[in-house]
Amino acid sequence: MSDARTLTPKRLLLIASLLATGIVAPLLFPAYQSQLTELLLFIVFALCWDLVGGQMGYNSFGNVLFVGLGMYAAAIVQVWLVYDVGLYNAARGGGTAFVFDASQFLTGLALGIPAAVLISALAAWLLGSLVLTMRGHYFAICTLGLGIAAGQIAAGIPWIGAGSGMLTPNPPESLGHVPLLLYYVALGLAVLCTLTFAWLLSTRFGLALNAIRDDEDKAEAMGLKTHAAKVTAWVVAAGFLGAAGALYGNLVRFIDPIQTAFAGATIGVWMILMALLGGRGTLLGPIVGAIVFQVTKELFWTYLLGWQRVGLGLLIILVAVFFPSGIVGFVRERNAASGGEKP
Amino acid sequence: MMALLEAVGVTKAFGGVVANDGVSLAVAEGAIVGLIGPNGSGKTTLFNTITGAIPIESGSIRFKGKEISQLLTGGIARSGLIRTYQQPRVYGGLTTRDNMLVSVSIRHGSFAGLFRRAREEAQEKVDELLDFVGLTEKSGTLAGDLSFGQQKLLELAMALANEPELLLLDEPTAGINPALINDVIDRLKVANAALGVTLLIIEHNMPVIMDLAQHVYCLAHGRLLAEGPPQAIQNDALVLDAYLGAA
Amino acid sequence: MTSNLLILYEAPALGLQLAIDGLLIGAVFALAAYGMALVWGVTNIINVAQGEFVMLGGLIAVLAAEQGVPVLLAVPLAALCLYALGWALYYTVIVHLVGRDMFNSVLATFGIAIVLQQLMTHLFGGADRIAVSGFGSWFFLDGLVVIDKMKVLVFAACIVLGLALAFYLSRSRQGQAIRAVAQKPQAASVLGIDARKIYGLTFALNAAICGAAGALAATAYTIHPYGGLSYTIRSFMIVVVAGLGNLGGVIWAALSLGVAESFAGFILGAQYQIAFVFALLVAVLVFRNWRLRRQRRYLA
Repeated sequence: MSDARTLTPKRLLLIASLLATGIVAPLLFPAYQSQLTELLLFIVFALCWDLVGGQMGYNSFGNVLFVGLGMYAAAIVQVWLVYDVGLYNAARGGGTAFVFDASQFLTGLALGIPAAVLISALAAWLLGSLVLTMRGHYFAICTLGLGIAAGQIAAGIPWIGAGSGMLTPNPPESLGHVPLLLYYVALGLAVLCTLTFAWLLSTRFGLALNAIRDDEDKAEAMGLKTHAAKVTAWVVAAGFLGAAGALYGNLVRFIDPIQTAFAGATIGVWMILMALLGGRGTLLGPIVGAIVFQVTKELFWTYLLGWQRVGLGLLIILVAVFFPSGIVGFVRERNAASGGEKP
Repeated sequence: MMALLEAVGVTKAFGGVVANDGVSLAVAEGAIVGLIGPNGSGKTTLFNTITGAIPIESGSIRFKGKEISQLLTGGIARSGLIRTYQQPRVYGGLTTRDNMLVSVSIRHGSFAGLFRRAREEAQEKVDELLDFVGLTEKSGTLAGDLSFGQQKLLELAMALANEPELLLLDEPTAGINPALINDVIDRLKVANAALGVTLLIIEHNMPVIMDLAQHVYCLAHGRLLAEGPPQAIQNDALVLDAYLGAA
Repeated sequence: MTSNLLILYEAPALGLQLAIDGLLIGAVFALAAYGMALVWGVTNIINVAQGEFVMLGGLIAVLAAEQGVPVLLAVPLAALCLYALGWALYYTVIVHLVGRDMFNSVLATFGIAIVLQQLMTHLFGGADRIAVSGFGSWFFLDGLVVIDKMKVLVFAACIVLGLALAFYLSRSRQGQAIRAVAQKPQAASVLGIDARKIYGLTFALNAAICGAAGALAATAYTIHPYGGLSYTIRSFMIVVVAGLGNLGGVIWAALSLGVAESFAGFILGAQYQIAFVFALLVAVLVFRNWRLRRQRRYLA
């Protein structure tokens, strides 16, 4: 395999130091725990988008579908284990009527996350045959439609709270630092995602995805089973997106069907921005992009309050028009020009 | 002996234009067969129908005795029928070496087999074939950065790496530096003799076809005009008419 | 849902009302779709901010009406403002996107849509708005069917604008230049046509059309800063169904969509009307693609 794909000692060191930072960060900056957790989930979002988009060339604008499905699936399982979901949502889930003790809460998470993965992966597998036969901008807009339709439909289902949304279970006092717990679970997910994708991309499957990106009909004419490869990538990405969605729901606590779960115009497009900003088609790119994006977003929220979404929209335009190869792409081009080694 | 590839009465129309009109040809196993004809005579269309890229109106196409005209490109490729294109198609975002790695026996392999790192034998085969086409020094170059001629050679190497039984070549020498054309011819002969690959070649370059092919088909206006050994075709009045008339 | 279907069955006049309402708004969809097809055909860019242009046109008309500007003057005013905006956006963003991968333009125009949407929310507030015209309505079938006179006026105006645009494209010099560039940019530039200016003109023209459509819509229907994406999706759907360069198809598809949406809104409930639009988009694309795949092709 070519240099860009192997885990060189330099890269292992980079990943190890990132990991070490990840482990101590919430302890050093307790005030930023939720933003850090969000960052880890954003890393998963960006990596997943890039697997199907940057690596395989299928630019989805509707990955929020899987985030939202995971979010709701986990929340529903978490509640259903203890209470009637319909009643819980009718009473807006809050207050003292619906209390979760430590073991209920933990069991809920332990079962909710796999449920999220399963539901998202299943949805991806079912939709894949229909949607992955489309190409380019048709795929992009079709997925956009799917994502937004899901949000609109969810907003009409009273059992899950309809337009008023749904609250994830209240973490019990007795459990202590639940935000910290969520952080480390998210860290585990981000690490798992990174390692899984690193492995996938180091095999011929990774090359196959790139071949599909570069010339799908040629790959098909060479006998590569393109449909199976596409569906596999799509399902794997959906699974991780579902898990991340489950955690995200528990992080923000309140799941609004349109603004939080199936948020096409925010999370849905942010994950594209992150991958592009960092460098699409690379393993490091989405990670770097997520970090830069999260920092930028927090700065915008602090200093541009009220206008932060405008700022992010402008950033999307800037990156799409002037900086599409992203940070990693930019560094590589500079290195190549000066004859150096790829980072 | 049964022909490896047999097309009978293949007809393909695009709207009102009949690109292939009842074309029949046969390629014997182990042979090198040429397909010539003036521009617009339907040669590439015929390739497209054989490889399943476009459906046919009527006729039959049999490969290894099995009817393939209703099959899709992927299935046909997996049964051993591979092609190259007039404008070389390679995976531009991958290095030369990776292009080869993703092509080695890809038509044979199981889907699950994709999830293993490339094995030793595959790496050796890649080295061998890159050497065969003279692209070893360009292993690390992005395929999209190769010259036209280099891409054509890479495409040929990729096709050979895929262990084809029948290889359809669409103008393999077009755009290649004339000084290198003999190299390409030699390599094709070796591929045929040593690797046992049957070849069906579209060519405009007459000396190349005369040198390589054992049997030649000539198309004109979508119909089969003449067939026979190269020398006979070269002197066939109809064929000369078709070329001079079209010129 | 079944109870709603029963109501329709028992009261056919309601069905007639829904159909007429659908046709009337369909003309607005047609105009927006025609503009999108124009930009797509000439510059090969899909303008995801199309719906936001429409909403902006509507909001400008609402503001103008509130300042006392006669409703019928608000329409050219909105069109003019959007025309200027179109040129501004072209020279800052769009000009860099022409000729590049469509993904960049989809993403960039999505960014423009987000910016416009947020700006509109800031400047106009988040609530629904409408420019009241006070023209009254016609009543048919003993009052069972009500037709807003303004809606009919809007319908007629959209049709007229659409025809005017078609006329402009086929007869005027600039229109012919646009069509030349759409077909063969290199040949057009050999003939002395500045493709860059034509691309800009096309984009600005589309913006103006959207502005007019939005202004017209605002007189009879409610406008909302977040209503843009639905319009974009409707336009895209109509263009996909009708094909580029097929004005008759655009009108037919747009009117059908209007009617379908109208019935869906009633049968499924108003809260599902938008879901219907997006779900229909997916269905249309999947179906279209399936048809092509049977010929071993695909939507591209």
